[in-house]
Amino acid sequence: MLFGWFAQFLGPVAAGETALIGLDWVPSLDIRLDILIDGLSLTFALLITGIGALVTLYSTRYLGNHPEYPRFVLYLMVFMFGMLGLVLADNLIALFVFWEVTTISSYLLIGFNSDSAKSRRSALQALLVTGTGGLALLAGMILLGQAAGTYSLVEVRGMGDAIRDHAFYTPILVLFLAGAFTKSAQFPFHFWLPNAMAAPTPVSAYLHSATMVKGGIYLMARMTPTLGETEPWFWALVLAGGFTTVFASLLAIRQTDIKQILAYTTLMALGALTLFIGAGSSDAIKAAMLFLVVHSLYKAALFLMIGVVDTQTGTREVSKLRGLARKMPVTFLAGALAAISMAGIPPFIGFIGKEFLYKAGLHADTASLWITGTIFAASVLMFVAGGIAVARPFLGRLPDALKNTTEGPWTLWFGPFLLGALSLWFGIFADIPEVWLVGPATQAVYGAPVSVDLYLFREVNDAFILSLVTFAAGFALYLVHGRLRSALAAIISANPIRFDPGWDATLDGLKALATWQTRHLQSGILQRYIFTIFATFAIAIGVTLWAQDVFVFRIDWQAELDGLLFKHWAVLLFITAGALLTALTGSRMTAVAALGVVGIGVALIFILFSAPDVAITQLLVETLVVVLVAVAMLKLPHLGVRTDEAHRPLHAALSITVGALTTIVLVAVLHTDMDLALTEYFNATAWPEAYGRNIVNVILVDFRALDTFGEIAVIVMAALAAYALLRGTRYGVIREDLDHPVGVGDTPRQTIGARQEKGR
Amino acid sequence: MVNSIILNAATRLLTALLLLFSVFMLLRGHNEPGGGFIGGLIGSTGFILYAIAQGAQATRDALKFEPQNIAMVGLGVALVAGVFAAVFGEAFFTGQWWFAGADPSIPGDKGLPISSVLVFDIGVYLVVFGAILTLVLALEEEV
Repeated sequence: MLFGWFAQFLGPVAAGETALIGLDWVPSLDIRLDILIDGLSLTFALLITGIGALVTLYSTRYLGNHPEYPRFVLYLMVFMFGMLGLVLADNLIALFVFWEVTTISSYLLIGFNSDSAKSRRSALQALLVTGTGGLALLAGMILLGQAAGTYSLVEVRGMGDAIRDHAFYTPILVLFLAGAFTKSAQFPFHFWLPNAMAAPTPVSAYLHSATMVKGGIYLMARMTPTLGETEPWFWALVLAGGFTTVFASLLAIRQTDIKQILAYTTLMALGALTLFIGAGSSDAIKAAMLFLVVHSLYKAALFLMIGVVDTQTGTREVSKLRGLARKMPVTFLAGALAAISMAGIPPFIGFIGKEFLYKAGLHADTASLWITGTIFAASVLMFVAGGIAVARPFLGRLPDALKNTTEGPWTLWFGPFLLGALSLWFGIFADIPEVWLVGPATQAVYGAPVSVDLYLFREVNDAFILSLVTFAAGFALYLVHGRLRSALAAIISANPIRFDPGWDATLDGLKALATWQTRHLQSGILQRYIFTIFATFAIAIGVTLWAQDVFVFRIDWQAELDGLLFKHWAVLLFITAGALLTALTGSRMTAVAALGVVGIGVALIFILFSAPDVAITQLLVETLVVVLVAVAMLKLPHLGVRTDEAHRPLHAALSITVGALTTIVLVAVLHTDMDLALTEYFNATAWPEAYGRNIVNVILVDFRALDTFGEIAVIVMAALAAYALLRGTRYGVIREDLDHPVGVGDTPRQTIGARQEKGR
Repeated sequence: MVNSIILNAATRLLTALLLLFSVFMLLRGHNEPGGGFIGGLIGSTGFILYAIAQGAQATRDALKFEPQNIAMVGLGVALVAGVFAAVFGEAFFTGQWWFAGADPSIPGDKGLPISSVLVFDIGVYLVVFGAILTLVLALEEEV
């Protein structure tokens, strides 16, 4: 259905138009949800919706009996939505959001068989690798937005020269490539993709070969007019892409599980796409866009085909599968069509794709030999991989174990068959993809009109000769692929650098670090928390005071002292005595009571300076705190049994520092001119507007009622939380296995904390 | 729970007095020192005394309602008082006043002022009252 909707744009876009459909999203941050439809995004959108429809049809049968099938469809639809958003978004931030949607839905889909530890591990790996890349991408996008002054892709596209000269260019490039390389599994981030094949086959076909991993490719293609055509861009893409291509092709031959073979050839294709986008000439872009379409068609078909074989025979091992062609003719036909396209044999579109890759490589200005060599090696190995994936399981003598194999139902073979047939059809009638898909896409990436002329055969040129050599070499290697595989296995096992164990070691290290820092920061000892909080407070205030230079004010000591009346002295004495007793006593009960004395002294001060409301509240809260703490106290051990007294001098020093700093701040405040505008406003308006004489209360219930409402909501939450804590520990629910003990003794302290929060 | 005849006898009286006083403080709050916050604190003090003298279970019985429910109801009352203004097309939490029996011929006569602000303050009272008792009773039972 969506496919049809996007297809209607084919005509105008082919004519060179760009549709922009807009919607305000977060206008205050200049984030708009614009839909950008040009050649590039339309090609992607059609692939996503078209292959998506076939995969959904396929999965009705493949997973239809699975108890969690609805969940699967939900994830798949979320993914499709995210992927469409990714390729259609015009705003960089929107693009990032959709980028993350695909990352998360991919995580859910890889881990769909959640009872398998391998699935979960692979899913987490994919999430962490692509998620980290996503964060880098976000940083890059923000830098780009800063540099360009806009987040719109359409506008950014026209500013390539300005951005390439901008001071941020290098960080932007590095961050964008980090995002794209992780998503598209370029070396050295390649290791997650083969592991992601733990996902159900339709997911592998859809996400991990045809669409999601191409998200990085899309980003690089999209950014070519903005960031491309520079030395760092060229070398980063050409080297990473080229290396991934060869590396992945070799690993593909080494595998015995057909799905793994296909996974590595996908890596190879992604490498080739990166390579050619990096090369950046009009020929190279043309070749990359063509190869993008070609690869999506045949690789999705092959994945779906191997899914059929898997369901019908129960295995994907190359060594066990032989001669299935007689039992599963339609599946064989579908697979053969796709594999021939992959091997690049005429008249399939795969041949055209390969010809264009060769042509672009041979005509490249720089690094021509590297590009052509890479592609030659990859094509030869793809020929072999195609042979292993299709010719080996379907041809030859049928082993007895597979005698009872039957053809899959039409819902299973229809998808691969249609995709394989399209590969042939597009090859013979090459002007269809030329006009509708590859042409507009190339133009969108390259930024200028490019003549795209796809043809099967025109003359015997160097590219054609290279193709013939490829076939010969590929065929020869296919015949000896068994020995080739053992040789490769030997070489690879001798290689000391492993990515998967390295990944595990990194994760373990991170976990150990987290445990270590949690153990040190979250000691579970209230004393340490309070010490840290007050120490931070003291440092922050001290540094601020020092930096602001507020120590210079003059106090007229004589006048200040003369101004003190007897009652002031009395309160002062009262508070000082309470404080000293609190600090020096050996009994908790005395300490609490003495602290109450201090509080009541403070309440007296409020009364002296005519703030009766505050004074009453302070008095009541002090009383309640003493009662509550006294109740809690019954459960705590006597203070005298404490042995670690070493901390006391340090704590005393901190207390005195905090006290002194607070005093300095208060004195400094008193020496600045108070702005009484608010007081005057409330004084003037409390009675006429709110009909109240008690300004404090009028502020609480009328002028600032919303704040009060928030506060009482907090009170209720605090009470309920404390209640839950008390009830939770009541039945002895104590977790021994935690890093720090959460004992019964913690609960009353926790409660006091909640109480004091309310005491404000 | 403390076994003391003097305390027992005194709290019966004191609790009633404190509750009455708390309502007085709540109502006078708009013009004199007082208000929902202070009223709630005083009211809960009354029941805390009662709990110390008679025990937590007796207090729960005397309260009739679970204190956490009282707190939640208070929050609801405060919210209703705020939303009330919206019914009249004014901003959330705008005070609505009704001067019952006011004589328009006497300038400044406001009769018996009843307002959504008062309802809000009652909500605050209930929240503070309920929240503190939730804590104290749970703590008492814990020990």
